[in-house]
Amino acid sequence: MADLFLSMKSVSKRYTGVQALDRIDFEISKGEIHGLVGENGSGKSTLIKIISGVEQPDEGARIEIEGQAFKHYQSIDSILKGIEVIYQDLSLFPNLTVAENISLSQTIASRSRFISWRRVNDIAERAMARIGIQIPLDEMVNDLSIADQQLVAICRALTSDVKLLILDEPTTALTKKEVEALFTVIKDLQSKEITTLFVSHKLNEVLQIAERVTILRDGKKIGTFPSRDLTDERLTFLMTGEKVEYSPYEIEEPQGVPLLEVRRLSKRGNFKDINFKLFPGEILGITGLLGSGRTELAQALFGMNRAESGDILIQGRKITIRSVQEAMSQGIGYVPENRMVQGLVMQQSVANNIVITILHRLINKLKMIDRNKKKDCINSRIEELSIRTPATDAAVQTLSGGNQQRVVLAKWIGTDPKIFIMDGPTIGIDVAAKSSIHEIIRNLAIQGVGIIVISDEVSEVFHNCNRIMVMHKGRIIAEFNTSRTSEEEIQDYINMAS
Amino acid sequence: MKNLLKHHETYVLLVIIIFSAIITVINPRFLTLENFFDVVKSYSFIGILAVGVTFVLISGGIDISFTAVATVAQYVMAVMIIRYGGNIFTAFLLAAAVGISLGLINATLIYFFNIPTIITTIATLNIYYGILIVISGGKWIYALPGWFRAFADIRLFTLCTDEGIKYGLSIITSIWILVVIIAWVILRYTKLGRGIYAMGGSMNAARRAGFNIFRTQMFVYSFTGLMAGLAGLVQALLVQTVAPNSIVGKELDVIAAVVLGGASLAGGVGTLFGTILGVTLIAIMSNGMTLMRVSSFWYNVFIGLIIILSVAFSAYQRRTKAKRAIAVEVE
Repeated sequence: MADLFLSMKSVSKRYTGVQALDRIDFEISKGEIHGLVGENGSGKSTLIKIISGVEQPDEGARIEIEGQAFKHYQSIDSILKGIEVIYQDLSLFPNLTVAENISLSQTIASRSRFISWRRVNDIAERAMARIGIQIPLDEMVNDLSIADQQLVAICRALTSDVKLLILDEPTTALTKKEVEALFTVIKDLQSKEITTLFVSHKLNEVLQIAERVTILRDGKKIGTFPSRDLTDERLTFLMTGEKVEYSPYEIEEPQGVPLLEVRRLSKRGNFKDINFKLFPGEILGITGLLGSGRTELAQALFGMNRAESGDILIQGRKITIRSVQEAMSQGIGYVPENRMVQGLVMQQSVANNIVITILHRLINKLKMIDRNKKKDCINSRIEELSIRTPATDAAVQTLSGGNQQRVVLAKWIGTDPKIFIMDGPTIGIDVAAKSSIHEIIRNLAIQGVGIIVISDEVSEVFHNCNRIMVMHKGRIIAEFNTSRTSEEEIQDYINMAS
Repeated sequence: MKNLLKHHETYVLLVIIIFSAIITVINPRFLTLENFFDVVKSYSFIGILAVGVTFVLISGGIDISFTAVATVAQYVMAVMIIRYGGNIFTAFLLAAAVGISLGLINATLIYFFNIPTIITTIATLNIYYGILIVISGGKWIYALPGWFRAFADIRLFTLCTDEGIKYGLSIITSIWILVVIIAWVILRYTKLGRGIYAMGGSMNAARRAGFNIFRTQMFVYSFTGLMAGLAGLVQALLVQTVAPNSIVGKELDVIAAVVLGGASLAGGVGTLFGTILGVTLIAIMSNGMTLMRVSSFWYNVFIGLIIILSVAFSAYQRRTKAKRAIAVEVE
């Protein structure tokens, strides 16, 4: 057994009413890449906060770092021991340059009241050289891609004498290529004897990068396993305690007039020559890398990004969609990629979010909103989609990701859409909640709704769609019937193209 | 060149050049050294206020009360030097002390009660100004000491027109220049200054990174207070009377100048160079209109239009940038 960098024994944390962590034993060896997985609410974040000293564990915990035991472990101890956390939001300054962001910790730590810009640039250059990357020093962080911002955050961590780097959900906004690049950096850090704790809910990525994986469920540790002994399915089972069974979605060969038909749809710098048909009861998957034009296409169909040429036909009738209102009146519903910004009014109540799309139907003779109708409508949606919320007037932002997404679905289902476009319907949602969202999608399709699911997870479209199109550089480069293909074949197509 | 086009300042400078050219064609008197020194001197009051406002805006807050602070500082200073005598340094010290104290009150309220800065400073504007009017009865002060008048007439160097009229770089203008230089060094070359930018960019990240938010905020508001105090003094030097109602009401002019210069009301963005350009633009607009014999009421209309154009232009730039970022390489 290699030397331990971190050893925690019997760590518990109780917040009012919730046992966030229950007697966890947790160890990280020196120089390893350790994965930490668990669903939302499993205690991952609490554990990170304890390791970084932001939160203190309850009585009875023992924490040792590099063999040194701590009585009252505080955030200053973690800093002195070289533990750096890169949070999901990166904690960067969008209005400052790359160089300044990287060297900031050093600037604050320095005793001088003045700034030497030469020193700032030196520090930043050295940090970037350590992991062999180059980002223009005087670029504003605001103007960088998320992937580059992440590298800036890592470089900032490297300016101090970091020994344990904790990455909290680092790949959420990255494309596949960028994830690969990040992994190269992490491996490179390992060769420099920097330990990494990789916290994520993307299981395949955890298995790819981590040597050992620790699994938490409901505040308890399920175990630590070498990742070669684990598979996606087994990990899912350990995380959720449930076996997720995939049954393919198959339907009869559709006939007659398609619900939606797109002919030669093009827009410069967005997508080109898009042709496809969508029949009632179909779930059509569109996959492809970030930046392949899939979101742009979806927005074109929903009136948010008007196409320049080509035709859109709904039930055989040629129409134009100039605005969201027009799309809605044609019976199109849209679940956006980013539910927090585009899909929900986060501070508003669950109830108000659900009825926002159908307020005009709730109006009574006095042109006021009929309270009873509103209530009925809300209750039936909440029941139908089993939205777990403490109350209908609770703010949406207090709900878990899975429940938030159910609210988004609820508000569109209320409009009785004929066509439902979902861009990344399960982004940032944990495994168990994911499958229940998939269940809802299937039920809608069975009722005759035509559904388009856009996702960069090939397994998601493969397991839930009857047909799959692959987009690359704004074009559809392949189309598959799910029953006559395999996940690998689709993945190969995507990899080949890029 | 490409880098130049990225900066807001470049565009403001361009607008200034175009305006100057137009005004000069209509009235050649505009582009004379004499007029230049004159305009710079009369705008040193707005200019000093603008430096303070730049700091608050960068820090992510806003201060509305600075005109009241300037008024109070000016009034207190005038009453004291008339009653107890003194010299120009005591005048400076008094104005500065009053400005800093009132700024610190703002900062304390904002930090400890965590009230939005705009509400806090609207309230303190009313309080500071109200108390002053109650105590002073709104009385104007004319009888300023002779040395006060003499100081205002000092020129660092003097030139002479063909008609024999003397002009040059006034001591008042050089106060403005000095203030700008000090402020520039603070913003650009001190940890404190970078902390102000960091705080305006992301308060949370700044806290996590270990900046002392309390101290930075205290500094920002007391600095704005100090600038207001100095501006109050400068205005008294310029007009040689102290009227309690002559400054309050100019808040939005100053904020407009700073925003024209590229500072963002959302915080984190802004430069002193931009602020100087913003003040310059407003100054030549006003001066140019006088020289072109346009009614001064048009001045407000034009300032409003320029602000809308400027903000619309930045928004347009942001949008095209966002568009470029999501564009798909279509083959």
